[in-house]
Amino acid sequence: MLGLVPASIAAGSVPSLPSLLAFSVAPMAHLRPLDIAVIAIYFGMVIWIGFYLKGRSNTSEEFFMAGREMTAWIAGLSFVSANLGSLELMGWAGAAYQYGILATHWYWVGAIPAMLFLGLVMMPFYYVSKTHSVPGYLNLRYGEHARVLAAVSFGLEMILMSGVNMFAMAVVMKVVLGWNLTFSILVSAFAVTAYVALGGLRSAIFNEVLQFVLIWGGALLVPILGLIQAGGPAGLKAKIIANMHSDSYFHLWRDTGHFSANPMGTHWSGIVFGLGFVISFGYWTTDFLVVQRVLAAHNLRAARMAPIIGSFFKMAVPFIVILPGLLGLVLLQNPDKSPMKLVGEDVVKSCSVSASDDKIADPGACATAMSSKSNLSTAYQAKVLTGAPGTELHSYNDALPLMLVRYCGPGLLGLGITALIAGFMSGMAGNISAFSTVWTYDIYKPLINKKGSDSHYVMVGRMSIVIGVLISIGAGYIVQNAHGIMDYVQALFSFFIAPLLGAILMGMFWKRATAPAGFLGLLVGITSSISMFVWVKLDHAALAVVALYPDATDMAANLYRALWAFCATVTVIFLVSLVTKPRPVAELEGLVYGVTPLPKEPPVPFYRNEYMWAILVVIIFAALNILFW
Amino acid sequence: MHGSGIPIWFFIGVLLVIYGAMILGYGLYEWQTASYPLSVELTNLHTPVWWGAVLGALGVFYVIKFRPGRAK
Repeated sequence: MLGLVPASIAAGSVPSLPSLLAFSVAPMAHLRPLDIAVIAIYFGMVIWIGFYLKGRSNTSEEFFMAGREMTAWIAGLSFVSANLGSLELMGWAGAAYQYGILATHWYWVGAIPAMLFLGLVMMPFYYVSKTHSVPGYLNLRYGEHARVLAAVSFGLEMILMSGVNMFAMAVVMKVVLGWNLTFSILVSAFAVTAYVALGGLRSAIFNEVLQFVLIWGGALLVPILGLIQAGGPAGLKAKIIANMHSDSYFHLWRDTGHFSANPMGTHWSGIVFGLGFVISFGYWTTDFLVVQRVLAAHNLRAARMAPIIGSFFKMAVPFIVILPGLLGLVLLQNPDKSPMKLVGEDVVKSCSVSASDDKIADPGACATAMSSKSNLSTAYQAKVLTGAPGTELHSYNDALPLMLVRYCGPGLLGLGITALIAGFMSGMAGNISAFSTVWTYDIYKPLINKKGSDSHYVMVGRMSIVIGVLISIGAGYIVQNAHGIMDYVQALFSFFIAPLLGAILMGMFWKRATAPAGFLGLLVGITSSISMFVWVKLDHAALAVVALYPDATDMAANLYRALWAFCATVTVIFLVSLVTKPRPVAELEGLVYGVTPLPKEPPVPFYRNEYMWAILVVIIFAALNILFW
Repeated sequence: MHGSGIPIWFFIGVLLVIYGAMILGYGLYEWQTASYPLSVELTNLHTPVWWGAVLGALGVFYVIKFRPGRAK
């Protein structure tokens, strides 16, 4: 992994404080006192909430599970908000800029079916088993080895994801305010650590609901004003077709019959099976980051309703994330009023300016990166190389902040920045609170100290939050070398989430699955996924095998890698189970479908029935896919 | 949130009222003095005025409906 770390870090050089504070790029905007007041009030509120809830987070059940007393609405909004980090806001706006409306698949087919499946089918098993975590369920079903393997891989994923969130936050600060990345990462990490360590999961959930409202309040203006300026949906479509010479940017499915027919370079089979099944079901039904929010519900009906409530909001998120990316394609302009073209993070890095003489540090590397990895015109590339004023490059991930600055003056800009900060907070707080629970319950307690007192485990949880944040700061630097933030995250999902899904589905729906099979299946799935990733990195031609297409994008490769890792896990569990001794059926009660009597919920009016709302979600979901076919 | 304590929605209402008042106030000042930021587009729509009003109204609704001590 050291090869991915920036040279300055690998060499052990630590930047001095003045260089941390130095502006590395010209800021897009300057905050006025009103903006600073808006941001300061928000920070004051979340820290105060942390202190307010500290007195209600004294036992491990309160600190790690929020006392299991959340209503369906709170759990549902928190469920969606934990996933709606600034990583989501910026990464997917950037992905929409690159791939068009295809990026919406990650919100619709890549989320809604899995959320409904979690609520209606899987939630009873998680809830009835009273497990504290998803690795905890694996312990009950497959034993200690599978639990530890899942816990370690999940902990690693959470730390890396937390680093991604920190990086996204730092990018906001860099692009909008001109702050140095390292300085921003340190400041933002401190703020999140404070409120999560104080109030635990309750504080995280409380703030996630607050952040959900702020994200909408701060980000909703961008698509509204952008659409007005673009001439409405029809005007936007006409402009994109004129600029990009393709209407593929507006079709979810029509052009996915061949890899080369759509901007993402993927095939419908990868979207349906890789994203819609493996990655989506893996994330929404087995990733403890989101499942933890639902486990905090006050009864089984609330736990089942929470993902269904969340799915309505999830379907609406593309309006504030995908639409700004599409609008950026036609509305963003350079200072000379020519259309702005965004590039990958690695191109921006190759063309970074030397702090000493304000010129491009490595013109050769910059020229190579621009010509091979961007669609900038030759004339504009020459301007960049000569360091002409106003020609600095922006990455795809800057699409949303650039749009924000375009429309928001004092006050509104502060609100928009607060929305991004809130998104970052919710994303990172989710990662860290989930990491803390898994570390304490699934690694520390069974392997290091089985006989600690309840207050001891709460203390361990608080300490793990601080240490986890410190480690994830290092992970933030790894992200700087990724071509797009979301490509990097999808790679992580395929490493850990896809094998986990295979193990849990086999364990939950096949009573014959055995403990050795579960452990081996997980191990083979994770190993095969990482091996495929390394194989493609070492030999690009391997894409033709892994992703079925030699020119597949990283995003498409991730979808297929996840699919193969899932298949490997399921196959190994199936085969090994056939030659190993199964557990008695009586021991599987509460863990496996078919041998678990589900608790009867009291009857409710139809408008409070989870199945009625699930049907409504399905109808809207189908209508959206047909509308944007 | 379920259980005792101040509801989440009350906090959200307070925050929206404060933000709404700040943004609406600045928007009215900006409109009155015609001192629009040069880099911002569509200033003719007076976005801070109507967006500040929307946030403030939503905030007032939440504050009243979820104020502490109000019977359920």
